[in-house]
Amino acid sequence: MLSRTAENLYWLARYVERAEYLARTIDATLRVTALPAAYIGKTNEWDSALLTAGVAASFYQAYEEANEHNVVEYLSFSPNNPSSIRNCIEAARLNSRSVRTALTSEMWDTINSAWIELQAVWSKGTSTREDLAKFLRFVQETSLRFDGSAYRTMLRNDAYWFSRMGVHLERADNTARILDVKYHVLLPEEEHVGGPLDFYQWSSILRSVSALTAYHWVYRETLKPWLIADLLILNDTLPRSLASCYGNLVRNLDQIGVAYGRQGPAQRHARGIRNRLEHSNMNDIFQHGVHEFIQEFITDNSRLGEIITKQYLI
Amino acid sequence: MNIPGGDLRPAYQELARWLKETPPEALEYRRQEAELLFRRIGITFAVYGDSESTERLIPFDVIPRIMSGKEWALLEKGLKQRVRALNMFLRDIYHGRDILRAEIVPDDLIFQNPVFRPEMNGQQVPHDVYVHIAGIDIVRVDAEDFIVLEDNARTPSGVSYMLENREIMMRLFPDLFARHRVAPVERYPDELLAALRSVAPQSASGEPTVALLTPGVYNSAYYEHSFLADKLGIELVEGRDLIVKSNEVFMRTTEGLKRVDVIYRRVDDDFLDPLTFRPDSVLGVPGLMSAYAAGNITLANAVGTGIADDKAIYSYMPDIVKFYLGEEPILKNVPTWRCREPKDLAYVLDNLSELVVKEVHGSGGYGMLIGPTATKATIEAFRDKLKREPEGFIAQPTLALSTCPTCTASGLAPRHVDLRPFVLTGSKSTTIVPGGLTRVALKEGSLVVNSSQGGGTKDTWILDE
Repeated sequence: MLSRTAENLYWLARYVERAEYLARTIDATLRVTALPAAYIGKTNEWDSALLTAGVAASFYQAYEEANEHNVVEYLSFSPNNPSSIRNCIEAARLNSRSVRTALTSEMWDTINSAWIELQAVWSKGTSTREDLAKFLRFVQETSLRFDGSAYRTMLRNDAYWFSRMGVHLERADNTARILDVKYHVLLPEEEHVGGPLDFYQWSSILRSVSALTAYHWVYRETLKPWLIADLLILNDTLPRSLASCYGNLVRNLDQIGVAYGRQGPAQRHARGIRNRLEHSNMNDIFQHGVHEFIQEFITDNSRLGEIITKQYLI
Repeated sequence: MNIPGGDLRPAYQELARWLKETPPEALEYRRQEAELLFRRIGITFAVYGDSESTERLIPFDVIPRIMSGKEWALLEKGLKQRVRALNMFLRDIYHGRDILRAEIVPDDLIFQNPVFRPEMNGQQVPHDVYVHIAGIDIVRVDAEDFIVLEDNARTPSGVSYMLENREIMMRLFPDLFARHRVAPVERYPDELLAALRSVAPQSASGEPTVALLTPGVYNSAYYEHSFLADKLGIELVEGRDLIVKSNEVFMRTTEGLKRVDVIYRRVDDDFLDPLTFRPDSVLGVPGLMSAYAAGNITLANAVGTGIADDKAIYSYMPDIVKFYLGEEPILKNVPTWRCREPKDLAYVLDNLSELVVKEVHGSGGYGMLIGPTATKATIEAFRDKLKREPEGFIAQPTLALSTCPTCTASGLAPRHVDLRPFVLTGSKSTTIVPGGLTRVALKEGSLVVNSSQGGGTKDTWILDE
């Protein structure tokens, strides 16, 4: 397929995934900030939201204070934030238009309808909490529909694999960023002093990757920070864990390798990361330092993005 | 719908009956449904210089335009004749130039014409086909005759509307289809692909690779480009996807470079190759013209076809048909005054308020004077333009175009229509799917059907009797 087509499919999926992640982040932050101050301490959760979205620096160029109004506006609607939900949907639509021939009509319809709704209903942003909740649900449903229609209607060929790679690479990046911002509340068992403050931080983390229920099913335990770290990093049954994302990335890259009859640096690099995740346990990671581990992962993950681009997309 | 004098054309009888039975609300409801479908599918076009709504829908009118099989048979014959002559004319202009020696067409009209491409002199094109896809704009003014308003031999657009209009009509009005025998149009993509593959260069492999070259998502006809690429099952490429190496054209794919043999290009000559034409073009492919000259790539349509559909050449078409084919032209021309000729100019200047004056190189209904509806000031401004540069203009009488019932704010009303059938020419045959794109001037009394100027479209039915 055309390199540009593959590139568009890959980015289309990334933008949709990013929009959903932003919506989840806002949703989780709203919940935790609705609690009385005694439950969450003095941290500014809206500031954390900006950090996990990776846009704190540009935010502070435009705004003084990270409060609900400013952050929601910036993450959801701001035309000046290249990764705002609105810009993600706009970019997704533009990418879809460029590769209409590679999309199924269901996928096109999902993105095009979302884009139409964005203009018809959400062009002025949201004014109430209720509106905002509706908007966030709309974004998450768009992503679910997109994923669902890709899964159900696309031919299983390189177009599908490139699109899935976009999803998993973006997802891995997002999960890693939450961990990066929140690592200080994820302490190993022996250092855990456990206050009620942290409980809400932990559930907020799980909520932003839609894993709160999953946690209980997997561990049958009350929330324990080292288990949360285990779930998000190493547990490959959780779709948003780093291990699961890399299982999928390796699989998709292998399928492309087989279809094209050759492997390259992208396959090797992805396998390297996957192997490291497979052969780690939380004890080692805590010893090494969660923060360092995550930082390395983020660098490796974006390196994979560059390698894929060089090998296939240009 | 009626022939002059007021009688209903026979092809419309069933429709007239159906319209009588159908309550206006039902029609309005389906009209809205159609609009929703168009928007969801994303069948839009962009209007240049219109920042407010960069993507617009072309208004679609749900009342079909109908023609009998007999009428179509005659039109089809005339179209094939005309396109054959266009191709022979182009072959001649870029080779022997018999027609200039015979003094049928004046030299300077060719050599001083900006759309004449000296690069094409002596260039062989496979099977001598220059115009693989032609869109010939047809109007009717009386019961019998078909008149050609304009030949489009460069990159005619609109065929996606022909196909989508039919799809949507079949979805919305199954009952109406059951009462007519409408000739299908869905073969078009297959016939187009066959025509394109048949003109692959000799150096191509047995399974020639065809690609559609688009200027990109911001082009007004982008939807059509993606639609056609999809229906043909060929790659939709932009200039940056292609690269020329040792005079062969390749596309960049995820598996490396892949050779392309035929390009269905929807990019104008000027932008095709920055090394040959406009150096500032970022839409084109550097070196494309040298691959073309080497015979390793077929461009459809060929480069330089603009010389055949130029409005100045148009007035010579009846003579061109006679010269190459020795036949009487089946399709008539609109009587045309060539302002470059002093006698004609004098007449045009005296009768400006009754004539339509067009720029020779204009398109899309821009830069036109419609005398009967223009203000005095506009007419005077045009008079100055004409005097300054008479060779830039032609003039035609305003025609009493045929009308077709159309949904308007105040119920069904007659509106002027034209028809653009799409004529495909491959190595062996010329084919036309029955029908084409009917464009309708939605404003009362208006004669301008161009989508950029508020025109709409209709489904076109050729009855298979």
